[in-house]
Amino acid sequence: MKLQGRRIYPGYAAGQALVTAMGISFFGGVDPETGVVVEKGHELQGQSISGKVLVFASGKGSTVGSYTLYRLKRNGLAPLAIVNAACETITAVGCIIAEIPCVDQIPIERIENGVQIIVDGNLGTVELGGK
Amino acid sequence: MELSRHEQALLAGQRGRAAQKAMEILAALGDIYGAERTVPVASVQIAGVSYDNLGQAGLEFLAEMADGGGRACVLATLNPAGMDVENWQALGIDAAFVHNQAQVLGAFARMNVVTTCSCTPYLVGNLPHYGQHVAWAESSAVCYANSVLGARTNREGGPSALAAALTGRTPAYGYHLEENRRPTLTVQVRGPLGETSDWGALGKAIGDALQGRGENPVPYITGIERASLEQLKSFCASLATYGGSALFHAPGITPEAACHKPPREMLIITPDDLAAAQASLNDASAAEVDFVSLGCPHLSIHELARLAGLLEGKRVTKEFWLTTARPTRQIAERMGYAQVIEASGAKIAADTCCVVAPIRGRFRAMATDSAKACYYAYAKNGLKTRFRPFDQVVAEALR
Repeated sequence: MKLQGRRIYPGYAAGQALVTAMGISFFGGVDPETGVVVEKGHELQGQSISGKVLVFASGKGSTVGSYTLYRLKRNGLAPLAIVNAACETITAVGCIIAEIPCVDQIPIERIENGVQIIVDGNLGTVELGGK
Repeated sequence: MELSRHEQALLAGQRGRAAQKAMEILAALGDIYGAERTVPVASVQIAGVSYDNLGQAGLEFLAEMADGGGRACVLATLNPAGMDVENWQALGIDAAFVHNQAQVLGAFARMNVVTTCSCTPYLVGNLPHYGQHVAWAESSAVCYANSVLGARTNREGGPSALAAALTGRTPAYGYHLEENRRPTLTVQVRGPLGETSDWGALGKAIGDALQGRGENPVPYITGIERASLEQLKSFCASLATYGGSALFHAPGITPEAACHKPPREMLIITPDDLAAAQASLNDASAAEVDFVSLGCPHLSIHELARLAGLLEGKRVTKEFWLTTARPTRQIAERMGYAQVIEASGAKIAADTCCVVAPIRGRFRAMATDSAKACYYAYAKNGLKTRFRPFDQVVAEALR
């Protein structure tokens, strides 16, 4: 199944989807030295976003979160790509400065956690495979 | 978003790597928020300066932008840093932090960003006039610029403000457009508003009440007859912190209010609401307070004069920071206020503030007149707070 969204930052990535319907605050919510979600009570708490296609509704929290994505990339711990329902400033700017492919306007409820997923940031598309 | 030929050249990397990154940021934000074009900005205020917030990641990004040839092409000023650049020892800042903070400021300076290190740019030479487009970060200054000065800015983040500085442009959406600056509800204020802390409580009461009233509510505030600069800067900081507000109108006080009629939707703030807001910012007893701080937003010269009067011939018993911009400190030295204040044992901390300095773990409870400072003291540094009028905060330091 192929979903058409909107390009935020170009690039191509294929990998396993890590999905949450919750928002993500990168500053304070993700440890830039490990890639693990540390926000208390978050459904991804304790899981690493590194090397995954990270699928979430929208970013939240401090604008300094853009720098957390940049730091994750410098540490080799960034997600392969980011897919949002509605991208906002923090995530968009983070993806641009860290050069992480990013697509939004995707109905993320149709993406099951753990499936293989191909993100084409140039075309703004997401292609879903099996587990 | 439609790009000019110049902007397309920036995007293609013809003016260097940093300008390209900057244009990528602006183009993406323009597309996300449905801007049709960019507008030139008269000035920029950049947040994300303290190494305590930026970390190594932020420092590396800024260094990369400076190395990539990034240079500000409009007046760009800077938010507070994590330390007093000249007097960090007195504030107990460690040497590793000082080194990293200096690198951050060095990267900004290389990009021709003026390292004012203040959250009140409008007091130190970055003062846009009515109707001018600007790109400001620092939520309290954004609210002040839009509302009190009548300039036009969105709430920028650090990188998007830097991108505006390096290109001189910002995407035209949100508060740059007339239609988004109209008031959406009337807020009728009933109650005494004398102290800066009263205005902080008012900002919290309105800010809390705005939650759930649409995406970007613009209050039209009635019942206020007059307000000083100090009262307005306290109010803007609190309203932005608790309500996320970037703009309000108040007839007789703010310049755009006369262009609008009060909207029919009505919110009333009673003296009880103000008292409840005051009470909600108080969870520390006088005995628990071991840190006292004034200057969020940065103290004006008028406030430093008042402090000299309150502290003359006295000795403080607690760590007491008076945070301000360096030029304001220098005027206070010329007038002799700084000498009087420092003779009391209070510390004038220029370039920094209690929100962005690395103070986590050093104190238990803070006394302040700032509703904004209370929020960050708890959220960022785990401190209890004692929220009092200006003179009483000084009394806490002397107790």
